[in-house]
Order: sequence, then C-alpha cells, then structure tokens
Amino acid sequence: MTTQHLTKPRGYRPPGQLGGRTPLNGTFARRAAVVGFLAPALIILAVFVGWPMVSALQLSFTDASGFGDPGFVGIDNYVRVFTDANIIRSMGNTALYAVLFTPVAIIVALVLALIVNSPRLPFAGFFRSVLFLPFIVSLAVAAFAWSYLLDPQIGLLNYWLQGAGIRIGNVLQDPLLAMPTVALVAVWKSFGFYMVIFLAGLQEIPTSIYEAAQLDGATGWKRFTNITFPMLSSTMAFVVIVALIAALQAFDQIYVLTGGGPYQSTETIVLQIYQSGFKDLELGFASALSYVLLIVTLLLSLVQFLFFGRRGEDIAS
Amino acid sequence: MTALAKRSEVAATRTASGRDSHRPSSRPDVARWLFFAVFLAITLAIMLPVIIIALTAFKPASEVNAFPPTLFPEQWTLDNFRAIFSELPFGRLIVNSFVFAGGVTVFALAFDSLAAYALARLDFRGSKVLLIVIIATLMIPFQATLIPIYQLVSDLGWVNTFWGLIAPRAADAFGIFFLRQFFLALPRDLDNAARIDGASEWRVFRSVVLPNAVPALLTLGVFTFVNNWNDLLWPLVFTTEQEMGTITSGLTLLTGPGGIIPQGVMMAGALIAVLPLAILFLIVQRRFIESVASTGLK
Repeated sequence: MTTQHLTKPRGYRPPGQLGGRTPLNGTFARRAAVVGFLAPALIILAVFVGWPMVSALQLSFTDASGFGDPGFVGIDNYVRVFTDANIIRSMGNTALYAVLFTPVAIIVALVLALIVNSPRLPFAGFFRSVLFLPFIVSLAVAAFAWSYLLDPQIGLLNYWLQGAGIRIGNVLQDPLLAMPTVALVAVWKSFGFYMVIFLAGLQEIPTSIYEAAQLDGATGWKRFTNITFPMLSSTMAFVVIVALIAALQAFDQIYVLTGGGPYQSTETIVLQIYQSGFKDLELGFASALSYVLLIVTLLLSLVQFLFFGRRGEDIAS
Repeated sequence: MTALAKRSEVAATRTASGRDSHRPSSRPDVARWLFFAVFLAITLAIMLPVIIIALTAFKPASEVNAFPPTLFPEQWTLDNFRAIFSELPFGRLIVNSFVFAGGVTVFALAFDSLAAYALARLDFRGSKVLLIVIIATLMIPFQATLIPIYQLVSDLGWVNTFWGLIAPRAADAFGIFFLRQFFLALPRDLDNAARIDGASEWRVFRSVVLPNAVPALLTLGVFTFVNNWNDLLWPLVFTTEQEMGTITSGLTLLTGPGGIIPQGVMMAGALIAVLPLAILFLIVQRRFIESVASTGLK
C-alpha cells in the first residue's frame, strides 16, 4: 500500500538509470525552476493553511467576536471548553458517535469486502461498483433519503418494519435513538470507501498461503481467523484510525437530519464549532474548541504514524 | 468487470483449481447462483436510499405523502423536476456547483502537479523536510482553521464570490502527496533523455511527465470534484446569498424541520445533484476504485 510511503521517509528515490541527475545542480536556472514549480501551491498552503493555523491559535486566547478589537483573555476559552456543560455533553456525544460508527462501519465494510472478493461470487465487479456508489452521494442527499425512509407517517422503512411487527416510531425525534440513526446513515455513506481499502488489503495476501492452508485442511472460518484476519492487521489499523478521525469530524448528516436535537442529544463538537463560530459569533471560543479537536486528531494521527512506521520497518527488515 | 475482479478471478482459479477441473458446463453451479441471488437481494436492500431517491422523484405529491407508502410510482410525473426549478434558483445553483467544484479541481490539479513534480524530480535541499511539513498539514481537520480562513476571505471581500470558495482550496496537501507518489513511479529514463537533449524542466514536466500521468490526474480530479460538489459546510460558510450557494447547500437550506418544500421535489433535486457524479464515476470507476484502494485516499 502506498500509504507506507507516508510514514516511511526512506527510499523515496529509485536510483536513476543514467546516474541520477543531469549536471544542472546548483545553477541559477535550477533554483529558479524549483521556486517556480513550488511557488503557486506553497503560497496557497501558506496563506490558507499555515497562517490560519497560527491565527486560530491567537484567536483562541481572545474574546474575538468579529466586531471591535479582540481582548486577550488568557486560557479562559480553554477552561470553558472543559467546563461548559454544553461542550462536555457534545464531547460525550462525539465519543458515543465514534463508538457507534467505527466498529459497525468496519465490520460492514470487511464482511462486504470478503464477499465481493470471493471467487465464488458471479459478477463481483458489478457489486463492487454498485456498493461503492453511496460514497459518491453527498451526506446531505443521503440524509434526505434516509429521513424520508424513516418518516414515522409516510416512511417506507417504518411501514415495512411495522408489517414485521417492529415499531420504531420517530427515531430522529427520540433522544435515545437519534444518535444511533445518524451513525447508521454515516455507516451507509462511508462503508464503500473502507470496503475498497480492505479489498486492496485482501488482494495483497499471497494466494500461496491459502493453498498451503487448504492442503492442511483449514477452511472457512478457520482460514479467516488464522490467515485473513492477521494478514489484514495493518490495513485494519489504517481503517480504524481513518474512521475514528472521520467520526470526530461528523457534521453534514447531523446538521441535515437532526440539527443537533432532540434535546441536544446529537450535538457534536463540529456542530458546536459551527454554532459558536458562525451563529453566536464567539470566534475566540470556537477557535479554542477547534484547537482541542485539532490536538485530538493529531494525537490519533500520531498513533497511526507510529504504528505504520513500525510496520513499514518490519516489512523492510 | 474491473481489473481487481480479474485479478481475483485468476486467484480463484488458482486456489480452487482442484475443484474447478470438473466444472465445465455440464451442470450449473446451484450454490454459486444462490449465493449470487442472496447477495443481490442484500445489495438492493443496501441501495434502498438511492432507489428511493430515484423513484420518489417521479411520484406525484399525492403518492409521495400517501399511506401506505409504496416503492414504485403508480403514475410517473415530471412535476417535481419542474417544481425544483421554480422553488429554487436551481439552474443557478447547478452552474455554481460546476464553477466551484470545477474551479477547485482545475486549480488544484495544476498547482499540485507542479509542486509534486518539484518534490519528485528536482533534488533540492530541504525537499524532504518540505514533504513532511506538507504531509503533516493533511492531518489538520479543516474545521479547525475555518474561522481564520473565513476572516481572511471576508477581509479580502470574497464572501459570496467564487474566489472565496475556490482560492483556499486551489492547492491541497493530499493532491501534492498523491501526485508525487505517482511521478516517482514513472521511469526516469524518458525525462533524463529529454534533459540531455537540452529540454528545460518545464518542457520535461509539460511534455514528458504530465502526458504519462493522465490516469493519476484523472483520479485526483474526479475525487476533488466529487468532494467539493458534495461539500456542505464550506458553501454554507462562504456564501450567505442563496444565489451563490451550491446544489448541496441550496437543497439543505430548504429542508429543516417541517420541510419547507415537498419531499418529492427534494428528491428530484437530490437526483439532479447526484447525476453528474454518477456519470463521472461510471466513466472512470475502475481506475477510481483502484486508486482509492492503493492510496487510502481520503
């Protein structure tokens, strides 16, 4: 998997056939070329990523509101992040969402990947393409479709479930069921992406291992637990981290389906950032909240980085 | 059938060669087709939301809100499609979506490929450090920098303009990293030959590397386009006038509790919003899925 390059700053450059570079090194023309090629992208990144990061950090120590001069308030905003009941609840909600979303998305994706990778499934290519489709539908559009399907009066899904004797009521207005529902919609939208990553992992497992196992009489479940699952561990780690990071940033489908309700039971951190930054215009506070999210995300990425770094070395040695 | 499927078929014949030797068309493999039928049913169930969008869009209002609900329209109608264009400046929103998503895609492909070329082919001091810094920015959630970006865009007077929507995304770390990996995999013989013939780096980039990188550019382009077309928070923040919204944000603003416009009309809008992406996806699907698989594209 190419992602290993990301965490393994080694062996980037295969030696050139003609002894590497041509003798342009160090000349003015060469430096001009480097600057010319890099400048457009780096200017954009510096202005719209680098500077905003510095600026958000500064803002997070002020009471900026978009009007007048912001005053320095020290770490007040950060204190509020960890003491405000609303924010603590939204952190709990985000954690709950992550706990609901991540395992379900991964299990669904893995099971479907195993099925569409099965040599016994006719038209596997067709299934792969179709099952990937939800990934290109926007979360907002997916949320409309789901809210219509789940509507307590006219929803088809509700009607069918009632036919089967199951009453789910108005799930999006139920403080207990609203969060599992928005997590389910996110699972539906994103499993195709994780499925494809698992597929790539599955295809990297050498068939010779399966052949050997077959000779030893290992089949079905045993084959899965003893070969497939252990061989997928690095893919699994990657998917877990990526899914967790995505879960921490949940916004679109919640904004459309529940708007954070009922009784703020689906209010997540990003929803709070949007609310405090762009509705209540508490820019300083919203920045502090953003930085907390940023730090959590970076910590998760660091875990991934360390894990993949180690895996990469294992493979190389 | 995708190349992935072909590869797994090869693997299949290899792993199951013992069984396959007596497979020839003497009898249909019942278990295999049963497996197919069951999985087809499961897939259709999973696709229910997409199916419901497509079918509800063609239902008259009376059927959309009817009880008991039905899957297929009894009477097919185009009323919803007419209504969406009168309820919303929908034509304008479609144009906006194309300009925004298309603009971001064009700029990002151009700037990312230039930077990626420098990182992959021009050895310069600090290139590794620069690469690591670029990769590190990949991990920043964009919500974290949204407020300063908004202030910057607002100071520039770019709120409710295409520049405000496009400029902050005119280059992105992921695209640079993705293209760099692809450029590295291209053989160096060709560009070295061109350099020996006296070609400038720009010539090498333009006439040797880029033409060979079309698949990667296509994949990155589709991905960038789809992401921006579907993005909700970005257009919600940078546009306050309905006239400047995108399809995704425009449809969303009209829903909300109680539903201001009827569901059938919403579905017609949703179908139109998905259609360009579905067509794009069908054109490049094989390469797209493979690239997602091999890079863990996010």
